[in-house]
Amino acid sequence: MRYAMAVDTKKCVGCSDCVVACQTENNVPIGYCRDWVVEVMDGTYPQLEIEIRSERCNHCANSPCVRCCPTGASHFSDGGIVLVTHNKCIGCGACIASCPYDARYTHPDGYVDKCTFCIHRVKKGQQPACVAVCPTKCMYFGDLDDPKSDVSKILKKRKFKTLIPEAGTDPKLYFLI
Amino acid sequence: MANRRDFIKISGLGLAGMAMGGAAYKALANTFYNTPETDGISNLNRTPTYCEICFWKCAGWVYKNDEKKIWKIVGNEEDLNSNGRFCPRGTGGVGMYYDEDRLKTPLIRKGERGKQYFREATWDEALDYVAKGMKKIADEHGSECVALFNHGSGGDYFGNLIKAFGSPNIAAPSYAQCRGPREVAFLSTFGEGVESPERTDIRDTKCLVLIGSHIGENMHNGQVQEMSDAIDKGASIITVDPRFSTAASKSKFWLPIKPSTDLALLLAWIHVLIYEEWYDKDYVEKYTFGFDQLKEHVKNMTPEWAYGITTIKPDVIRATAKEMANASPAVIVHPGRHVTWYGDDTQRLRAVAILNAILGSWGRRGGFYRPEKVSVPSYPHPPYPEPKRTWREAFPGQFPLAGLALASGICDATIPSLSRDCSIRGWIVDGTNLIETLPNQQNTINAIQNLDLLVVVDTMPMEITGWADVVLPECTYLERYDMIRTGPHRKPQIALRMPAAKPEYNTKPASWIAKELSKKLGLEEYFAWNSMEELLDWQFKKLGTSLEEMQRIGVKTFEREYDDLYFGEDEEVEFVTNTGKIELYSTEMEDAGFDPMPKYTPHEEPPEGFYRLIYGRGPAHTFSRTANNPNLTDIMDENKLWVNPKVAKEWGLQNGKEIWLKNQDGVVSQFPIKVRVTERIRWDSVYMVHGFGHDDKRLKRCYGKGASDANLITRVHIDPIMGGTGMRGNFVTFLYEPEPSIIKEKSI
Ligand code: SF4
Ligand code: SF4
Ligand code: SF4
Repeated sequence: MRYAMAVDTKKCVGCSDCVVACQTENNVPIGYCRDWVVEVMDGTYPQLEIEIRSERCNHCANSPCVRCCPTGASHFSDGGIVLVTHNKCIGCGACIASCPYDARYTHPDGYVDKCTFCIHRVKKGQQPACVAVCPTKCMYFGDLDDPKSDVSKILKKRKFKTLIPEAGTDPKLYFLI
Repeated sequence: MANRRDFIKISGLGLAGMAMGGAAYKALANTFYNTPETDGISNLNRTPTYCEICFWKCAGWVYKNDEKKIWKIVGNEEDLNSNGRFCPRGTGGVGMYYDEDRLKTPLIRKGERGKQYFREATWDEALDYVAKGMKKIADEHGSECVALFNHGSGGDYFGNLIKAFGSPNIAAPSYAQCRGPREVAFLSTFGEGVESPERTDIRDTKCLVLIGSHIGENMHNGQVQEMSDAIDKGASIITVDPRFSTAASKSKFWLPIKPSTDLALLLAWIHVLIYEEWYDKDYVEKYTFGFDQLKEHVKNMTPEWAYGITTIKPDVIRATAKEMANASPAVIVHPGRHVTWYGDDTQRLRAVAILNAILGSWGRRGGFYRPEKVSVPSYPHPPYPEPKRTWREAFPGQFPLAGLALASGICDATIPSLSRDCSIRGWIVDGTNLIETLPNQQNTINAIQNLDLLVVVDTMPMEITGWADVVLPECTYLERYDMIRTGPHRKPQIALRMPAAKPEYNTKPASWIAKELSKKLGLEEYFAWNSMEELLDWQFKKLGTSLEEMQRIGVKTFEREYDDLYFGEDEEVEFVTNTGKIELYSTEMEDAGFDPMPKYTPHEEPPEGFYRLIYGRGPAHTFSRTANNPNLTDIMDENKLWVNPKVAKEWGLQNGKEIWLKNQDGVVSQFPIKVRVTERIRWDSVYMVHGFGHDDKRLKRCYGKGASDANLITRVHIDPIMGGTGMRGNFVTFLYEPEPSIIKEKSI
């Protein structure tokens, strides 16, 4: 089992609903976030193009954060989801420095926090909160090893890319282009 | 491409913001999470509601955590307005409940208006004050001299109260300041309005045309969702906007039009469709009136003619007309929502309606469907007294087609004038921050200074509360019952809002406030129900359900009464117009003394060194209503001024530089605004998101953040047909240092 997520940049409108929903679902304190939205614009008026992406932890299979964590707090869980065990984390920040995607932050309670792919929901058969709320339905989640999962189906159908592939992290967050 | 790159992290804060936000939230959580007791409040871990953050009224569930504190709000999957997915504002609705800057107890003014001297009062005292004030106005001037402005659910109760009191003067800024022209234009063309939620069949359209409408930045939930569905199914989008909006970035065609010239483009499209014979001939033949006149009318309105006006090339005008024709009848020329721009808005929307008519999209799949809605029985009450006069008498012979009262009209009718023997003397303002909502702030303040009584009901200390004599703090929608939600849709539906928690502080629901006030005014027979539970249960039972069932399901869907979502094949349709046809040539307009077919007239252009001020919506906010919401300020806490790089270079402006804006009338923005240099805006315009630049210090999170466009909209172009207030004819220039405003005479 390999959990993954795909975000359709052609449909995402950058509304940040995914950010607000993640905050409320996961009790992320105000002022912090586990996911965020990026807008990249190219061109000169009126020849313009925009790509909008909802970004979060890439749940890399070859993850620098897990490798560099001195306490084993950062680890792989079911389906390759990268998690941080809060009470094992000493807040040293090595993982924050190692993450090429800037996906981690230090929680005011002292531990490092980040996207969990909403494993607590996924285990109950629900979609991650950001996927479930997105008004444009531009996010797809599921198991890459299951050809019938939403994410496998969409990746088969559409062109996609990953972020910073040169870092060799084998990310599990795909962007449909 | 790629010679300029604009990389923006829309959400996800910098470190400074993070540290503070986190600390504030923790303090908040400790102070304000009061476990609700049972009395009347459900202990279920999820209770139904419908959202109050905008007019879309999505139905959803409020979840509580293990400590029985409000945790999150998610959509109800049965709900047609949201399909189980709330927009960011609705998801962030919890912030409205936890906002520590909420109004907490009734307040009575101690000093002069506009200065913040209030004393705390009990509800009894505050309501006595209001009732006395209302009675005094009724005795001295007549009860019509008390007016109600409202936006949102409280209008049901205060509307009932004001009508019982004998005043017909009830206005919502959503009409004359927003969608009024569109309703009037569609009514006069099709005999029916567009309504809300809009009857646009975006889900199944093949071509969606947006004229300045920025779906995706405005989060009118169903529209955003359906636009995305349409993209999925390969629909083409045509966006007409001087700004490269998010929707423009999803479009096959973006027409970067010169602002204020849309009507010329619309007429040229009509010309092309007719003269290339690309229009829906059968439909036009069968359903419309006045085609020959229309054909003659647009004869010379060629794409070449429009090019000189709009700067849109003739071949693009033809290609986009062809795109629409190819999709016809599954094409929507979207009527938009906030359409009060230049004062000839009803005529512009008439052109939109005509275009839809000749494309045959009204009543067709992928065009406009026929909605149905449940009519909710009203609880029995005595008939309302006959009012002696209405706001209309303040404007003899003007705005003949205004279907609803004009908020701006009531405001103007408050300023004494020699031509009138009576002015409005009392306002009850519920859930609308008129200072920001009505154009021309100075005029609004002038009106306020002439009032004998100003009562404001709100959840937050918005600017308008600072001018009130009495402030009545309402609890948020998460802490109260409200009237049944019903609205037009593909299938009729109703939804329940019930409290998930007890009202915090000394706040009360509007239903309670209005009912208590009715007792003090001797009007209690108009509020004959004992409790909201009783009222709702009575209504639900008449509709074949019950309060108990609705508490469990939240939303109930009914079958349509008529199986006519779209016009049937060869269906004879009788339209509710004078001719019984779709009026391309409007007999109603003609009878009222207006052009029966729209004409283009040029609008004023920016003076040298000035830029047209365009404003719009950001997805995380609803006007000023959400400006202080902790969850939503986290996403966006200030607006920025979009400036084209050419203009920025000329003025030496860089990203993030703070500047002040001065408009054509010498009014200077109260606060500075940061510049965002971007290719996404035309060189003759600047853009900002509406609803920022708050100047009430009690709004701690949003005070002084960004600039207020309302502040700079001093020139208003009134639509003579229905009184809409055109607000896009204002121009601004940049100041590096603040300057005092020179308030010139009102320039309408
Ligand atoms: S909720 Fe969906 S549309 Fe909105 S920003 Fe997130 S991914 Fe994009
Ligand atoms: S998957 Fe869950 S934790 Fe990760 S960004 Fe989405 S909502 Fe947040
Ligand atoms: S569109 Fe958003 S703010 Fe409006 S009612 Fe729906 S969830 Fe609430």
